Amino acid sequence: MGASFQAELIKTGRRPVTWLLLAVWVILGLTFGYLLPYMSYRNGSGMAAEVPREQQLAELLPASLTTVGVSGLPMFGGAIALVLGALATGGEYGFGTWKTVLVQRPGRIAVYAGKCLAMALVTLMQVLGFFAVGAVASAVIAELEAASGAWPSAGELVTAIAAGWLLAGMWCGIGMFLGVWLRNTALAVGLGLVWTLVVENLLRILSGGLGVLETISDWLPGTNAGSVAAALGVIPITEPGGTPGVVAAVTGAQATGTVAGYLLLSGIVAIVILRRRDVN
Amino acid sequence: MGEQVMRNIHDDVHVVQARGLTKVYGARRVVDGVDLMVRAGEVYGFLGPNGAGKTTTLRILLGLVRLSEGTVRVLGHRPGDPRGLIGVGALVEGPGLYPYLSGRDNLRVMARYAGVPMRRVDEVLELVNLTDRAADRFATYSLGMKQRLGVAAALLKDPKLLILDEPSNGLDPAGMAEMRRLIRRLGTGERTVLLSSHQLAEVEEICDRVGVISQGRMLAEGTVAELRGEGQLMVRADPLPRAREVAERVLGPQRVSVVDGVLRLRTAPHRAAVVNRALVAADVAVSELRVVERTLEDVFFELTGGAGQPRVGEER
Repeated sequence: MGASFQAELIKTGRRPVTWLLLAVWVILGLTFGYLLPYMSYRNGSGMAAEVPREQQLAELLPASLTTVGVSGLPMFGGAIALVLGALATGGEYGFGTWKTVLVQRPGRIAVYAGKCLAMALVTLMQVLGFFAVGAVASAVIAELEAASGAWPSAGELVTAIAAGWLLAGMWCGIGMFLGVWLRNTALAVGLGLVWTLVVENLLRILSGGLGVLETISDWLPGTNAGSVAAALGVIPITEPGGTPGVVAAVTGAQATGTVAGYLLLSGIVAIVILRRRDVN
Repeated sequence: MGEQVMRNIHDDVHVVQARGLTKVYGARRVVDGVDLMVRAGEVYGFLGPNGAGKTTTLRILLGLVRLSEGTVRVLGHRPGDPRGLIGVGALVEGPGLYPYLSGRDNLRVMARYAGVPMRRVDEVLELVNLTDRAADRFATYSLGMKQRLGVAAALLKDPKLLILDEPSNGLDPAGMAEMRRLIRRLGTGERTVLLSSHQLAEVEEICDRVGVISQGRMLAEGTVAELRGEGQLMVRADPLPRAREVAERVLGPQRVSVVDGVLRLRTAPHRAAVVNRALVAADVAVSELRVVERTLEDVFFELTGGAGQPRVGEER
């Protein structure tokens, strides 16, 4: 597995689209996590206009780094992670490289496990990258506004980073599964994004009052990812100034368990498919 | 025929042992009861028209495709077993490599998977003459260079068994000649090469033994000479009855026939002088005597019922 991991690191690290997606994520996170909210705060307008100014500023300061850091992951950050995962596995079909890789030496499980480890590292970079940039942005805002520059405790930071990594990992794992299942990058990315950004949100909206649909919705990956973020203090979309994709549908513990379950399940199903299926 | 090659063929050691190899997709038997025994050290040609089942058979041997029926051992192990794959290098249906990586980085990736030292990367690049372009992206390579890099990837493990599936596919004549030279070089010494091709000249030129497959079935197997069978002598002589009588006395009646007023003698080409001397001594005027040998192409089209044979008006 170590050999597969090292091989994956070369492939992933030298792939321009990996860095492009990570850069897009950081830019999106900065824009929606700091830049636009700060402009809204300064101008007293925008979507968060109904939120008290003190609260608006508080959410931009270093003390809120933990909540801002995970706020984008249930939706946009998750979509980026899903695309990264779909590229990692679907790309092997597109390039016709499975046949070359699988005749080298490691078995299929070892190859997939190496891929998982490499993508775990990439998603950790995704989360840490945004936390690092967010830390700088929040410190600058605190300086500009002469506000408190107090940081969250180390424990809070570690918890938030771990939660963010879990969310990104789940979406990436689902993307990897889709890539294997559909043997295609474009289809995996397309279906994954439609599900993440559209279908789940529609289901949540339509489930109001419909018991069965609500129960189903409570077990979906997006709902649980949003609930993890909500449990960490991110304001749900249902409240003023709330974050898209964040809902407080289930408890933090249940949501964390469900997200971890999706991560595990996507890996197991992908391995089963990969092992059983012919490489043509 | 080009340079002399030294091979150490072990008739009693088989690196590939496949019996009753069968692959079924739905109702279609893509590979149907193929027996394949490849001896250590030989260059074995796996010949068949497009869609004959060559690639599927090779994919089964490599563990990429599960077999439906039959038994297979490659270097003594089940197909796809990492213990067997250590000694196998393969290029299956074109080089599957990463277009955004350089040639060298592609080989570094595969070397990591294979667990071979990184110095091997430069060795195989040298072997396939790609050192100068190793830093360029794979996507910028010509088809011939891509094929050569695919061969380099197959050689990383310095494999005992090298499986090459249509390595000359899509190459121009110069590229094909270069690939043949490379394969001939790779097939020296102890290494076994299993070469799948529909290029008859390639197989005829390079391979020690040949298996002909069509519609999933192995139709014939043997050395190129065995498959071609005995040669023939064609004799125009006068008077014909007297010539036939003399030829039957020299070679035996079962080896002599007359087709369109021409004597056809089934015998080895080196006996032409003996036949000629006997005819002249018997006062027969010989106006033409020439050796007629079946080519592998003749054998191939006979066996496959003309599959892949060009239609009238097409160039072969």
